[in-house]
Amino acid sequence: MSNWTEIGNLNDIPRLGSRIVTTKEGDIAIFRTANDTVFALHDQCPHKQGALSQGIVHGSHVTCPLHSWVISLEDGEAQGHDTGCTKTFNVKLDGERIFLAV
Amino acid sequence: MANTLVVIGNGMAGMRTVEELLKIAPKKYNITVFGAEPYGNYNRIMLSPVLTGEKTIEQIMINDRPWYEENNIILHAGANKEVVNIDRRKKTVTAMDGTSVNYDRLLFATGSNPFIIPFPGHDLHGVIAFRDIADVDTMIEVAKTKRHAIVIGGGLLGLEAANGLMKQGMDVTVIHDLQVLMNRQLDPPSAKMLEVSLEERGLSFKMAAKIKAILGDESGNVTSISFEEGEDLPADLIVMAVGVRPNIALAKKVGLQCNRGIFVNDTMQTYDPRIYAVGECVEHRGDTFGLVAPLFEQAKVCANHLAEYGIANYRSSAVATKLKVTGVNLFSAGDFTSNENSEDIIFQDPKRGVYKKVVIEDDNIKGAVLYGDTIDGSWYFQMMKDGTNISEIRDRLLYGQAHLGDSGTQGANAVSNLPDNAEICGCNGVCKSDIVNAIASKSLFTLDDVRDATKASASCGSCTGLVEQLIADALGSDFNETETRKSICRCTDYSHDEIRTAISTNALMSFQAVSQHFSFSSPDGCHVCRPAINYYLLAHWPGVYEDDSRSRFINERTHANIQKDNTYSVVPRMWGGLTTPAELRAIADAAEKYNVPTVKVTGGQRIDLLGVKKEDLPNIWKDLNDAGMVSGHAYGKSLRTVKTCVGSTHCRFGTQDSMGMGIEIEKMTWGSWTPAKVKIAVSGCPRNCAEATIKDFGVVAVDSGWELYVGGNGGMKVRVSDFLTKVSTEAEVIEYAGAFMQMYREQGHHNERSAPWIERVGLNYIKEELIENDEKRKGFHSRFLESQKYAQDDPWAERASKGVDVIDFIPLKVIN
Ligand code: SRM
Ligand SMILES: Cc1cc2nc3c(=O)[nH]c(=O)nc-3n(C[C@H](O)[C@H](O)[C@H](O)COP(=O)(O)OP(=O)(O)OC[C@H]3O[C@@H](n4cnc5c(N)ncnc54)[C@H](O)[C@@H]3O)c2cc1C
Ligand code: SF4
Ligand code: FES
Repeated sequence: MSNWTEIGNLNDIPRLGSRIVTTKEGDIAIFRTANDTVFALHDQCPHKQGALSQGIVHGSHVTCPLHSWVISLEDGEAQGHDTGCTKTFNVKLDGERIFLAV
Repeated sequence: MANTLVVIGNGMAGMRTVEELLKIAPKKYNITVFGAEPYGNYNRIMLSPVLTGEKTIEQIMINDRPWYEENNIILHAGANKEVVNIDRRKKTVTAMDGTSVNYDRLLFATGSNPFIIPFPGHDLHGVIAFRDIADVDTMIEVAKTKRHAIVIGGGLLGLEAANGLMKQGMDVTVIHDLQVLMNRQLDPPSAKMLEVSLEERGLSFKMAAKIKAILGDESGNVTSISFEEGEDLPADLIVMAVGVRPNIALAKKVGLQCNRGIFVNDTMQTYDPRIYAVGECVEHRGDTFGLVAPLFEQAKVCANHLAEYGIANYRSSAVATKLKVTGVNLFSAGDFTSNENSEDIIFQDPKRGVYKKVVIEDDNIKGAVLYGDTIDGSWYFQMMKDGTNISEIRDRLLYGQAHLGDSGTQGANAVSNLPDNAEICGCNGVCKSDIVNAIASKSLFTLDDVRDATKASASCGSCTGLVEQLIADALGSDFNETETRKSICRCTDYSHDEIRTAISTNALMSFQAVSQHFSFSSPDGCHVCRPAINYYLLAHWPGVYEDDSRSRFINERTHANIQKDNTYSVVPRMWGGLTTPAELRAIADAAEKYNVPTVKVTGGQRIDLLGVKKEDLPNIWKDLNDAGMVSGHAYGKSLRTVKTCVGSTHCRFGTQDSMGMGIEIEKMTWGSWTPAKVKIAVSGCPRNCAEATIKDFGVVAVDSGWELYVGGNGGMKVRVSDFLTKVSTEAEVIEYAGAFMQMYREQGHHNERSAPWIERVGLNYIKEELIENDEKRKGFHSRFLESQKYAQDDPWAERASKGVDVIDFIPLKVIN
C-alpha cells in the first residue's frame, strides 16, 4: 500500500514548471500544468536519463532538456515514434496541499 | 453526438483531408467514405512504377481497409458504391446500389476524368486511359500477349505510360501533336534531349502528328491508327494521356456552382456551406489542379475548417515537376518562358547530357528547367518560392548549391549514389536505408513525417538537405516539403513572420494572447513555439513584456549549460577575451571550492568550469560576481563572445586597437537576447587572427579604418561572412554593430542564425537598410540601445543575490 506524504504546496511549483522531491530511490519530478493538475514522474528520461524536471511543460507533456523527447505526464510514455517509459507516481491535491505516494 | 461527415471519393485528396482531420479533431465526426474503386486508398502517383514493375500494388497502398476500421471510418468501396445522387435539402447521399447516408457535412473529392479525344473509333476495345489500378491491370494483361502499343500524348503521364509499357515488353510509339515533348514543363532544347534519351532506351516518337482515326476489327478490338499524313501504325493497345477534366458531373447534377471545376473559396467551401470540395475536382480562383502538392495543402486547409478551427486559407502555390522514369533526371518549376524583362541563364553540356536553364526577373528566380543534373532543383524551387534575391550568387547559380561552400548540402550531389548503410544523420545515427525504407513502408510524404518516424534531421538539422533529397528521389514531384510558408510548429499553420507581424499590429502581449489570436491547437503550445514566441514578445516589447522562464529551454532558464549527466557548466564573461590575475585567482578558488572536475579554455577565449551541481550554481555565481565577473551567456540565444586579437597594442602588424574595440562592442551588446546565438570578433589587421570572417559580425582593422563583415558561421555549415562596408571611425563601428544586432533581432526567425537569415533575405537588402539609409541605421541602433537598458542585468547576480527564481535550485522536499 502506498503511503501519502505531504510534499508541499501547489504554489511552491510554478505553473508549467516542475520541482523535485529527493528520495532514497532517486529524484521524483513533480509537475504543475497550466490548469493546475499535478503529476509525478521519476526524474529520468527513458532515453538517456535527462532530468525531466528541467524540461519544458506543455499540455500534459514535458519535453526532455537533453534531446527533446516528449514524455506524457499521465503515463510516462514517450510520444511519437520514440519508445520508452518513465515510472509514474501517484500524487494528489488536497486543496492546495500536495501529497505524494512513496 | 458527433456529426456525420460523408466523403465522396476515396482518392488522394479526400483521404488526405480525412487524415488531417483525424490529427486535429479525431472525435468530431462519424466519417463515411464512398469510393468508386474497390480498394482502400492508394498512392495514384505510384501507378507508374507499378506499371514498370518496380513496385507492387501492396507497396503503394496508403491506407488499407483495416486502417478504416481502426479509425472507425465506414468505407463503401466498389463500382456499385459510386454516389449517384445527393438530396441537399434532406442532406442525404445515395450510391448506385441504393446505400444511402445522411450527412451534416459533405466533402467532394471526386478527382478528375481522363480526357478521351473523340476520334472515330475512340470507343473501340483496347483504347484506354492511365488513371487507376484497373487501367494498369489492363496494360499489364495486354502486354503479356500483344506487341504494339501506342500512347497518345507526350506529356508527363504519357511518357510514364510509354516507359512502363516498354518495360512490359511492348513496342511503343508516342504520338504527340507538337514538336516539343512535355511542352508544359520543358523548353525545346531540354525536350529534345529527353526525346533523344528516350529513343535510345527504345521508345519511338511521332511528333507533330495529326491523327485521323482509330481502326478496329469486326469484334470491336483496336487494330491500328491512321494519320492525316497517310501512313497507318499497327496498335493492339492505345493509351490516351491527353489531360484530365475535373469530375463534376454529380456536382452539376445536384446544382452546385461549377465552371471547369467545382467552385470553392479560400476555405475549400462550395456555394453550399455544408459542402466542401478538394482535389482535382475543384476550381479555386480560376485554377484547376493536376499535381498532389497543392491538393495536400488544400486538404490541410479543408480539415482545419471541418474541425471548425476556421483559421486556414488556401492560396495557390507554385508546383514543381519531375518525370518518374528511372534513369531520366528532369526537373521543371515555375514559368520558364522568357520575355523582354527576363533573363535566361543557361548551361548546356550535350555530351554529358546536362542542360540547365534558370529564368530570372528582377533578381528573382521565375522558373527553372533542369535536365540530366537535377540535384539543385529543390534549391532553385525554394529560392523561387521565397523570392530570394540571387544577385549575390548569380555567378555561381548554375554550378549549384554545393559550390556556395555549404558543407551541409555538399553531399546532396552524391546522395542517390551513396550506399544503403551510409550515415545520413550524424546526430541520431540514421543511415540511408532507414530513411528510404521508412518512406516506402510508412508512406511518408513530408520532412516532418520522416523526422517523426526516423529522427533523421530532427536534431541539428544539418542533414536536412540530404533527407529532402532522399524524399524527393523516392517520391518524385509528390514531395511537398518546400512550402513557401513554413509554419512555426505543429500547433499552428502560421509562420514566424505572420506571428511576429500580429504581435506588433494587434499588440499581442503574452503567449496566451498569441495562441488565442491564432487558435493554436494546444493552448500552451509546445517546446518549439513557446521559446520562439517568448523571444518575439521580448524583442517587440522591451521593458514591457516580462520574460517567461517556463518558455525557455533549460540552459537559458538556469543560465548554465546542462551536461549529459545533468550537471552544469559555468562560463564567466571575459571582455574581449581579456582577463586579469585577480579574475584567474577567483576562478581557481571557485573551482577548488566547488570541486569542479574540469576546467577548460573554450574556443571562445574564456574559461569553462564544467560539472557543477545545480544546487551549487547560485553560490559559485556569487563568488564569481564578487570578483567582478558576470555571466558569459555561453548557454543562450544571445551574445556569446567578442573574440579579439592583440592588435596594435602589442602586435607588430596591428593597425588599430582591436582589443579595445572588442571590449567596447561586448560592453554594448552583452546580455541581449537574439534569435540565435551571436558571435562577434575584431581582428587588428587582415591576417585576421580573431577569425572575424566566420562570425555573425566581424570587424577587421585596416590602416585607414575598419572593414565590417556580416553573416559568418564557423559551425555546422561553415559560411564565410559577406563584406558589408568599410568605415573610418570607431563610433561608426559601434553604430553598425548595434544596428546590425537590432535588425537581426527584429527580423531573424527564432533559431535562425545570421548566416541563413542573410541568405534568406539577401545581402542587398541588408545593405539597403544599413548602409544606404542613414536614418534607418541610426533607428536600429537606438532601438538596440533602448532594449539593452532592460537586458543588461546580470542574470547570475539576480539569482545569486536578489532571490530571482531561487526555488529553481532547491528541491521541493527531501524524503529520507
Ligand atoms: C564550450 C565550447 C567548446 C569548448 O570547449 O571550446 C562549446 C560548447 C558547446 N557548444 Fe559550441 N562551444 C564553443 C565554441 C564554439 C565555436 C567556436 C567559437 O565560438 O569561436 C563554434 C563555431 C563558431 C560558430 O558558432 O559559428 C561552436 C559551434 C557550435 C554549434 C554550431 C552552431 C552553428 O550555427 O552551426 C552548436 C550547436 C547549436 O548552437 O545549435 C554548439 C553548441 C554547443 C553546446 C552548447 C552544445 C549544447 O547544446 O549543450 C556545447 C556546450 C558544452 C557544455 O557542456 O557546456 N556550438 N561552438 C565553446 C564555448 C565558447 C564560449 O566561450 O562561449
Ligand atoms: C499514373 C499517374 C501518375 C501521376 N504522377 C504524379 C506525380 O508524379 N506527381 C503528382 O503530383 N501527381 C501525379 N499524378 C496526379 C495525382 O495522382 C492526382 O493529382 C491526384 O491523385 C488527385 O487526387 P484526387 O483525390 O483529386 O483524385 P483521385 O485520386 O483520382 O481520387 C478521386 C476518387 O474519387 C472516386 N470517385 C469519383 N466520383 C465518385 C463518386 N461519384 N462516388 C464515389 N467515388 C467517386 C474515384 O474513383 C477516385 O478513386 C499522377 C496521376 C496518375 C494517374
Ligand atoms: S562541445 Fe560542441 S563540438 Fe564538442 S561535443 Fe559538444 S556540441 Fe559537439
Ligand atoms: S535523455 Fe531525454 S531526450 Fe535524451
